[in-house]
Amino acid sequence: MKLTLKYFASLREALGPGGALDWQPAGEPTAAALRAWLRTQSDAHAQALAPGRAVRVAVDQALADEATPLRDGAEVAFFPPVTGG
Amino acid sequence: MAARVRIQEADFDVGAEFAALQGERTDVGAVASFVGCVRGHTKDDDISALTLEHYPGMTERAIEAMIVEAEARFAVQGALVIHRVGQLRPGERIVLVATMSPHRRDAFQACEFLMDYLKTHAPFWKKETTGQGERWVDARVEDDAALQRWGLESANAARGQGGESGGD
Repeated sequence: MKLTLKYFASLREALGPGGALDWQPAGEPTAAALRAWLRTQSDAHAQALAPGRAVRVAVDQALADEATPLRDGAEVAFFPPVTGG
Repeated sequence: MAARVRIQEADFDVGAEFAALQGERTDVGAVASFVGCVRGHTKDDDISALTLEHYPGMTERAIEAMIVEAEARFAVQGALVIHRVGQLRPGERIVLVATMSPHRRDAFQACEFLMDYLKTHAPFWKKETTGQGERWVDARVEDDAALQRWGLESANAARGQGGESGGD
């Protein structure tokens, strides 16, 4: 499935801004499954997206639970807890 | 009509924004506002600059949805949120939230609600520059507690995803 991947803040610094991704999910295509697959892509990914790290996910520009199923063409963003205001 | 959610690098003029928000209306009884500024110190360090990053598109959508929620909860006649991004210096304004209601209580509450919501759900990230170098600011569990007072779940500062217990 085709996805647009985005990283922000400390994740952007570690992994770059993201970009187009053609992902072949092994099981159900959830945000959690994508995060787990991304961890296998490099040491930097494994570290930045490690299970114990506080990482938030947005799907199609809305905060989402990691169990959210992804649709083809979705925009998926990973970032640390927000600190605006 | 000007957009009620604006993300910009430039500073804003609070008086001019109030005037534009109220316009020619004569049914407004209260305008409440909050202005957030850059603090020059933390507990341990002096801060020389604060750099704000955001998620273009999502930021505007998220805050717009927060205003819609505020309108459902309180008598809101108008609202404005301006949030700056880029590099700011101590003392500079970061954010303006202004709300307009027939009476003060709704204006105050809507303003505080929007600010509590924004702190925990709008995709902004702050990085501090100090004498020790640069570091990303940690989210605070107190900000989640502030939103929970309004009956909304919030686990932005939680360690893992979905509210796993404990922070550092």
